Formats: sequence, C-alpha cells, structure tokens
Amino acid sequence: MRVADIISGMWNQIGNSVAVSEAAGPAAGVRVGGALAEPQAVAPVQVDAASVEVAASDFSVFYRRNQAVKQVNLKIPVARVTAIIGPSGCGKSTFLRAINRMNDLVPGCGREGRLSFGGHDVYSPDVDVVTLRRRIGMVFQKPNPFPKTVFDNVAYGPRLHHRPDAGTLAEIVERSLVNAALWDEVKDRLNENALGLSGGQQQRLCIARALAVNPDVLLMDEPTSALDPRATLRIEDLVDELRGRYTIIIVTHNMQQAARVSDHTAFMYEGNLVEFGVTREIFTKPREKQTEDYITGRFG
Amino acid sequence: MRLETRKLLDRAFTGSGVLAIVLLSLALVVLLAPMLVRGCGAIFFTATVEHRRVMLEKFERGDRAAVEAEIAQAQAAREPVYRWLAGFDAQLAADDGLRRSYAKPVRELKEAVHKLLGPAPGSVRPMMMRDQYGQTRWDRARIKLAGVLYREEWDYSNPRQGGVKVMKPRAADFAGTSLEPMFAYLEQNAGRMLLPRRTVYWQFITDESYDSHFFGGIWPELLGTIYLTVGALLFAVPMGLIAAVYLAEFAMENKMVGLLRTCISTLAGVPSIVFGLFGLAFFINTMKVSNSKSVLAGSLTLALMILPTVIRAAEEALRAVPHTYKEAALSLGGSRWRTVWSVVMPAALPGILTGIVISMGRAAGETAPIVFTAAVSVGKPLSLWQAFSQPTPALSWNIYNLATEHEAVDEIRHVQYGLVLVLVVLVLMLNLAAIIIRARIARRLRS
Repeated sequence: MRVADIISGMWNQIGNSVAVSEAAGPAAGVRVGGALAEPQAVAPVQVDAASVEVAASDFSVFYRRNQAVKQVNLKIPVARVTAIIGPSGCGKSTFLRAINRMNDLVPGCGREGRLSFGGHDVYSPDVDVVTLRRRIGMVFQKPNPFPKTVFDNVAYGPRLHHRPDAGTLAEIVERSLVNAALWDEVKDRLNENALGLSGGQQQRLCIARALAVNPDVLLMDEPTSALDPRATLRIEDLVDELRGRYTIIIVTHNMQQAARVSDHTAFMYEGNLVEFGVTREIFTKPREKQTEDYITGRFG
Repeated sequence: MRLETRKLLDRAFTGSGVLAIVLLSLALVVLLAPMLVRGCGAIFFTATVEHRRVMLEKFERGDRAAVEAEIAQAQAAREPVYRWLAGFDAQLAADDGLRRSYAKPVRELKEAVHKLLGPAPGSVRPMMMRDQYGQTRWDRARIKLAGVLYREEWDYSNPRQGGVKVMKPRAADFAGTSLEPMFAYLEQNAGRMLLPRRTVYWQFITDESYDSHFFGGIWPELLGTIYLTVGALLFAVPMGLIAAVYLAEFAMENKMVGLLRTCISTLAGVPSIVFGLFGLAFFINTMKVSNSKSVLAGSLTLALMILPTVIRAAEEALRAVPHTYKEAALSLGGSRWRTVWSVVMPAALPGILTGIVISMGRAAGETAPIVFTAAVSVGKPLSLWQAFSQPTPALSWNIYNLATEHEAVDEIRHVQYGLVLVLVVLVLMLNLAAIIIRARIARRLRS
C-alpha cells in the first residue's frame, strides 16, 4: 500500500529531490536544455568541467565481436544520483562495469574511446586498478556479503587498504553502517554471520561495505532487483540520504525507481545512449520517441 | 505409462536401493568385524608370566618385586618338569640302548618344552630373543602345549587319500619310562607354570618391537607412517594449492591449460607402483635426495602420487565459490591475490580440506610407492633428523611384509592384525576429521 502511495506521489518527490540537490552547493552546476536543435541523438546535458565525475566520449565496449556499448558520450555530474535505464541487454550494466573496470575480468572484453574519472582516463596504462576501485565502489544486483561476520564484511575494505587500529576500525564500521541505515538493526549482531541477515539488510550491508573505503563514486547495478518492495523502498531512501555526498550511478530496470531516486537519467537502447537529461524532463517530456515508448511501457 | 506400473517401478527402485545398502553394510561388517576383533587381540589378551617378564626386562615396566615373585612361583611349578627331564637324561647317559631309541624323541620333546616355557634354568642363554622367553600369550601357549603333548605325524597308509595328519600323544612314545608322568603333570599344571592373566597391553601402539615383532609393539611403523604422510602433505599441499589457484583463478583458458588439466587427471589414474618405481629412479637414483631408501624420498613419492587429487579437489572447491564474492572483493579494491587469499580461499576451505584429508588417508595407506623408496621391514623409531636419510618401517608395508615375508608368520599373527587395526583406525579417523572439519566450516560459512 505504501508503494502505491509513493508511486502516485512520485512526481512530487522528484521535484523535491532535484530541488534539494540543486540547492546542495557549488556542485549543482547542471544546466539542461538549450541544445534541442542539435541533430545528435544524445541530449546535451551541459556540466561544468569541474563538476563532472565520470565522462565517456565515444566510448564503446565489445564482447569479442559483439559491440555491447556503442560510442556513448555521457557526462555524469558529481554528487548526484544518475540513473541508467533501458531494456535487458541494452548495455547499461556493461557500461556501469566499465567505469570501475570490472569488465577486465571478462575474457575477450575490449573497448574503444575514452572513459574518464575525475579527469583521468580510466583505461590509461598507468592507472592502478586497485586505487581506481577503491575510489569507485560498487553494489551488485544480488546482495553478495562475504560469508564472514557483519563486522568483518564492513571492515574488509579498510583492512585491505590500510591497517587501522581496532578503535579506528570499529569507528569506520559503525559510521559506514550508520550511513547505510543498518546500524540500529545490526549493532547487536556484529559478530554474527552476514548471511543470516535478510536480503534487504544484506544489500544495505553491501552498501555499508562499499562506503567503508570512502569512495567518491558508488555504482549500483540493479541493487533492488532481488529484493521485495519494502526492502526496495529502504534502499531507495538510503540512496536519497547518500545524495550529495557521493556520486551515485544506478542501473535499474524499474522506471519508477529511476524516477523516484535520480536527478539525471540516461536511457540506453541496444548499446546506444538514446537520451540523457534531468529525470523530471525525461519522464515528463522525453525528446526521443524511443524513450517515450519505453517509459510508457510500449516495449522493454 | 499406467499409474500402477509407475508405482510398481518406484517401489522396485526403492527396494533395490535398500537392498544395496543392506548388502554394503553386511560386507562392511564381514570385513571390519574380524579386523576389529582380532586387531584388538593385539592389545587385549591373556598374557602369561613371560609377557610380564619381557615387560620388566626390556621395557622396565611393572612392579619388579611382584613380577619376580610370580617368576619364582612359575619356576617352582616348572621345577618338576625339568627334574623329570634331567633324571631321564641321566638314565640315557647310563644306558646306551635306551639312548639309541630315545635320543631323537627327547631332543624334540626338549625343543617343544623350550618353545612353551623358555630356556631351561641353567642352560646357555640363546642368541635369539624369541628363544630367551617362553610364550607370552596364553592362546599361543596353548598351541605350544599341544606341541609338547602331541607329535605331528603323517599317515600315508591309505593310498587313495594321500597323507593324513595324525596327532600322536608323546606320552605314548615315552610309555614305561620315567618321563611318562611328566605329560599328565604338564597338561594339568600349564596354568600354574605360565600364570595367564587378562592384560591390556595398550603400549602395543607406543612400544618399539624386538626380534622382528616377536615382542613389543608397532611404534616404529606408526611413526614411520606419520612421518611419510605428514612429509607427503608438506610437499603436496603447498604445491597443490598454488597449482589449483593458478588453474582456477589465473590461467587463461587455452589449449596449453587444457592439456595441463588432462595431464593432471591422467596422473591421478597412474598405478601407485609406477609412482614407486619413478620415485626410486628419480628421487633416489637421479636426484640423490638420499643414498638409499629414506623417509624423505618416500614422502616425495607419496606427495607426487597425491598431488593430482589435491589439485583437482582444490580447483573444484575454488571454482565452486560464488563469483559474486570475488566481484565484491575486487570492487572494494582488492588485488587478485588478496581477493583469492582473503575471500575465495576461506570460502573454498571445506572442499580444499576434504581433498587434503582424503589424500592424507590415501598416503597413509599406500604401500606400493614406499616399497622402493622408504620402507624397511624392521627398524627403530626415527628421530626427525634421521627421517631425511633413513628408511623406516610403515604400517602399510609391514602388514604386507609380516603376512608374506616374515619367517614365522603364524607366531606374529596378532601383530599383523594389530597393524591392520591401527591403520584402519588411523584412516577412518582422518576421514571422520574431514567430515567434522567440513561440517564445522560449512556451518560457519552458511551462518
């Protein structure tokens, strides 16, 4: 019943959240529109160079011969929530996983073009993948806590990168869990196995785990697709709370979710970036026919 | 298919399944029960005063005063026997005719008595330890007593039947002589002469053996098996784990790696005797890890033999770890090694450990690989340092050796069964440990 409420009041929320984030400070230098006349398919969201976190220019990803992401041009603003939507197999997850180079693990996966993070080419040979991934955290489709205790799960990242003393570590763990809105539920269960938590709690634990290394960007790959509506809602609230502190890129199948949580939305179809713009506009007056068809549920 | 037919089929399958299990349990019982019962006979048995004497003189075990009192008591009971024998000897010396007809029977009789009771008082101390004591076990003593009372003879009178063994009472041989009453005395007083008593000789497991297993326990064998097994693991586990991690996590899937995997599988199927010969040819003759057989060479050979199993088990376990764990660790900025070490390995641990413990059981039980590389039939317990250059007895090898190559197989039957029992228990315990470890870790991983 709450979900229905939320959906009905969706547009209000979007308006609010965008307003909040635009009032957040100097990062909010996003200017939309003005380039409708330009012939290219991708909507030109203009972002100040200083406030761009991740930028793709003519970026393509191949799985052997198959081109999964086709010459995408995209500038993702800092400290905002950006949603990537599109039907299955449109390349949105592939694009997301290209940002922290998780695709490196896939044999036969190649790329072209440039993808930069904070102005540096992610794929330049002098980039240390370990450092890169420390700054770009990721949350996966299915909750994937380690089969360790709740504490050890959150402490995994900090232990990996520096060896904090016990006090500092406990502090980091608590802060991360608080940030992930999980602390109250697990503060008495820190030494229990994380796999004993519910699905929604596990996913928030994964978010806490990602936050514990203090990343700049948080990539979320359909973080709620394995969760029930209630748990989904909690994750969405959490994303809302994290807005402004982290650059969040969330891939989702769920258009209502994109509408609810994101400031900007990119719509991808068959590897192409069809449209990118402020969420409110994408969902109210999309420029592209394909976007409209998808949003209104005519395909996808 | 009709419902009736399907139900019938279901029942038939269930029935054959149950039958198979019942048959298997029966086979296990038939196989294990004698092993267990007769193996325990090496530890729980009725020991004579001679056993206690051996314990006192060789192992300095037992209450000296009490044992000496017992020996004196037994000696008193035996005294008449020796008196009869000495008296008859004097008669033989005096009478040439008597000597001609009784010299051989008396010699045989004396040997039989010696086997039962040990050397006569005042005689020269024999060389072999087995001749220095009487029968230590009451069950063996009863057989030796029969050997004193009866003489084996083969009757060939019936041409259709061939030879038939007949037991002739020696009393009849000596009928009418002054020795005749001795046999009745022996039969009635054997218990007083040997003082049988129920004994728990648990030190069978921790004692070294004397006179090729006539006396003492099997510690050198057990220790040798432990050395060989642990040594094999020391080589096989690190190598196997590194290989498995490489194959599961780092290797590119190409023809070379495929070939490598096939080779490993093939290696797992190579007969163990081939590994044994290879160990001799390679480790001892070519590499010269030791001058001759040694625990080191045997361990290396066993390690080679179990390596494929360790690799395959570990690789399977590593591959079975959900991909998402690895992704999570990598996305947090873990290097590949750190990821494998801190996330994949712990999750794969139950499978890896199971593989290791099963290989351990195999290494402990295998005979063929150590025949040429490490095993000798008799030896002292080795110190750790000696293990690098010295050969050792081992449970598996000595079971074979005692059953086939020992000069008095019948006399040390109980030791054979004791060895079998200890080996079986050792391997079962290892397997049990594997199950427990696996269950505990799996429970910890699952929550």
